[in-house]
Amino acid sequence: MAKGIWIIIEQRNGQIRKVSLELLSQGRLIADQAGENLVAVILGQNIEGLGGEVASYGADKVILVEDDKLAEYTTGAYTSVLNQLIRKDEPQAVLIGNTAVGKDLAPRLAQRLGVGMASDCTGMEYDANSFLTFKRPVYAGKAFAHIVSQARPIVASIRPNTFPVAAADSSRQAEVVKADTQIDPADLKAIVKEVAIAASKRPELTEANIIVSGGRGMKGPENFGILEELADVIGAAVGASRAAVDSGWREHKFQVGQTGKTVSPTLYIACGISGAIQHLAGMGSSKFIVAVNKDPEANIFNVADYGIVGDLFEVVPLLKEEFKKLVNQ
Amino acid sequence: MNIVVCIKQTFDTEAKIVLDGSGKIDSNGVNLIINPYDEFAIEEGIKLKEKFGGEVTVVSMGSSRAAEALRTALAMGADKAVLVSDPALDGADEWAAAEVLATAVSSLSYDVVLAGRIAIDDGSSQVAVRLAEKLNIPSVSSVLKLDIDGSNATATREIDGGTEVIALTLPAVFTAQKGLNEPRYPSVAGIMKAKKKELKTLSLADLGLSGSEIAAKMKVEKFSLPAARQAGRKLDGDAAQAARELARLLREEAKVL
Ligand SMILES: Cc1cc2nc3c(=O)[nH]c(=O)nc-3n(C[C@H](O)[C@H](O)[C@H](O)COP(=O)(O)OP(=O)(O)OC[C@H]3O[C@@H](n4cnc5c(N)ncnc54)[C@H](O)[C@@H]3O)c2cc1C
Ligand SMILES: Nc1ncnc2c1ncn2[C@@H]1O[C@H](COP(=O)(O)O)[C@@H](O)[C@H]1O
Repeated sequence: MAKGIWIIIEQRNGQIRKVSLELLSQGRLIADQAGENLVAVILGQNIEGLGGEVASYGADKVILVEDDKLAEYTTGAYTSVLNQLIRKDEPQAVLIGNTAVGKDLAPRLAQRLGVGMASDCTGMEYDANSFLTFKRPVYAGKAFAHIVSQARPIVASIRPNTFPVAAADSSRQAEVVKADTQIDPADLKAIVKEVAIAASKRPELTEANIIVSGGRGMKGPENFGILEELADVIGAAVGASRAAVDSGWREHKFQVGQTGKTVSPTLYIACGISGAIQHLAGMGSSKFIVAVNKDPEANIFNVADYGIVGDLFEVVPLLKEEFKKLVNQ
Repeated sequence: MNIVVCIKQTFDTEAKIVLDGSGKIDSNGVNLIINPYDEFAIEEGIKLKEKFGGEVTVVSMGSSRAAEALRTALAMGADKAVLVSDPALDGADEWAAAEVLATAVSSLSYDVVLAGRIAIDDGSSQVAVRLAEKLNIPSVSSVLKLDIDGSNATATREIDGGTEVIALTLPAVFTAQKGLNEPRYPSVAGIMKAKKKELKTLSLADLGLSGSEIAAKMKVEKFSLPAARQAGRKLDGDAAQAARELARLLREEAKVL
C-alpha cells in the first residue's frame, strides 16, 4: 500500500521557496519510480491559494494546515502539527529543504517520531530495498557519507540547489485536504517577537545560481561596491571569505566556507581569494568556478575552471561591461 | 544559574580526509580540536556564570581522546566535565547521541543548555535540537545574541535572509552561531587549575543504557571522496582580452550566462 512521499513546503508571505519546488520536482520523479503518491504539506496562514502551484510542480495531494498560530514558524507548533499528521497517515518519507527552518524543524520532528534523519543531502535516489539512499557531505564536503534509514518514516533535509526545478504544468490537478490538527499552549513555549528580513534585491546566498565573492584582496569594505555592481548585472549574490568577514568588511552571514555557508551555485566567481582549504570546503561543489587573483600561484587556480591572473580592480569593472553586453544581447 | 555545555571533539579544519583499509574515515595522525561552534557555546556559558553565578558543566560523548577537549574547556573556565565513552558508541547516529547526552544531562541540574549550531565533522545540525526534544524543553537554533532575565530568555537567531527574536522561559537549549561572542583562550593559570577540576568518565552501563537500546537508526553504507577538481585554464592576454574571453566561455562553453 502506497503511503506517500511528503514534501514539507516552506513559504514566506505566500511565496514558496525555490528549494521546495526543487524537492517537488525530484519527489515527482521518485514517486513515479516507486509507485507512490507525492504529497505537499503546507502550514501557515493565508495559504489556500498555494495548492494550485504545488500541483503544477507534481503534487498528487496537498495537505493544508491553516492557523493563525502558524503564521510565523515556531519549532513547537510546527513540530506538533507535523507529528500529528505523520502519525495519522504514516508516509514513507518526509523531505524538507536544509534551510534555517529545515535545520530547526526536521531534527526535532525526527526525534519525536523516534527515527533517524539524513541532513543536508546533496544526493537522493530511489532504491527498491531501502526506498531512498542519500549522499551527504561530511567534513564540510571533504568526503561523502552514503546512508539509508532503517526506520520509517525516512526523514531528510536536502541542500538547496541540489535538484533542478521542473517546468510547471498548470493543467495538473491535486486533491486538496484541509487537515484538522491541535495546537496546545505547551506547543507555544517559545514565541517569535520580531522578524527582521534584510531588504535585499539579491538572492539568498545558499539559493543563488551565481555568487560573486570577495576576499582579503578587496582591501577594504568600500571596494565591495564593484562586486555588487558585477553581481547585479547577472542577478548574483555576493559572498565573502573569512578574511573579509573577520576584517569587518562584510557580515558573517555572507561568509562562505567551513565555518560559514556551504554553497553550490552554477557559477562561483572568487575575487581576491587565495583558496584556503576551509574556503574550498564551502564552495568546492560549485558547478563552475572562476578565479580572479593577481598571484598566479594562488591555490584557487587549482580548482578554477577559468582563471584570470590580474588585478581585480582592473578586471572586475571590465567583466561587468562584458557581462552587460551578454545580458543585453 | 546552572549551565550545561555540550561539546564535541572534531578534526582540525586543516585536516585532509582519507579513507582507511575498511573504507572508513581515517583519524590517524589527525589533529583534534573543539568543534569551533562549541567554543562559542563554552564562552557564553562562562559569561553567564560570571554574571549570575552558578556552575558550568561541559559534557561530551566520544573516544577517550575527547578528555583533551573537556580539559581545554575547564581551562577556559568551566567547572566540571563529564565524558561519556564506550566502545558500543562506535557508529552512533544523531538519534543515539541525543539519547545518550540526554541521559547524561538529565542527571545534572540545568537552567541553560548550550551547544554548537553544527559539528563540522558530520555537519548534521541535529544533536542539540534532538537533545532539547528528549529533555522536553524548547530550543533556539543559531543564536547570535542571548539575554537572560530571571527565568526569561530573549534570543536573537539567524534565519535565511535576516534575524528573528525569540522569547521563551528557561530551561532551554541554545545553539551558538559565530557572532555570539569571542571565545577566550585558556590562560596559563586556567590550564593549571583545570588539572584539579573534576572530569568524570561514564560508560553506557554507568548511565543505565545498553548498546542495543541505542543502536543507530541510520546506516552508513559507505564513504566516498569527491572527485578531485581539475585545474582549468588561465586566460591569456591583457585584462580586457581575458575579460572578453571569459564572457565568451561562460556563454558558449559553460552555458551559464
Ligand atoms: C577553524 C577555521 C575555520 C575557517 N573557516 C573559514 C571559512 O568558513 N571561510 C573562509 O573563507 N576561510 C575560513 N578560514 C580561514 C582560511 O584558512 C583563510 O585564512 C581565509 O580563507 C583566507 O581568506 P582570503 O583568501 O580572502 O585571504 P588571503 O589568503 O589573504 O588571500 C587574499 C588573496 O587575494 C589576492 N589579491 C590581493 N590583492 C589582489 C588584487 N588587487 N587583485 C587580485 N587579487 C588580489 C592575493 O594574491 C591572495 O591570493 C578558517 C580558518 C580556520 C582556522
Ligand atoms: N558527541 C557529542 N558530544 C557532545 N556534544 C555533541 C556531540 N555531538 C554533537 N554535539 C553537540 O551538538 C551540536 C550539533 O552537532 P551535530 O548535530 O552533530 O551537527 C554540536 O555543536 C555539539 O554542541
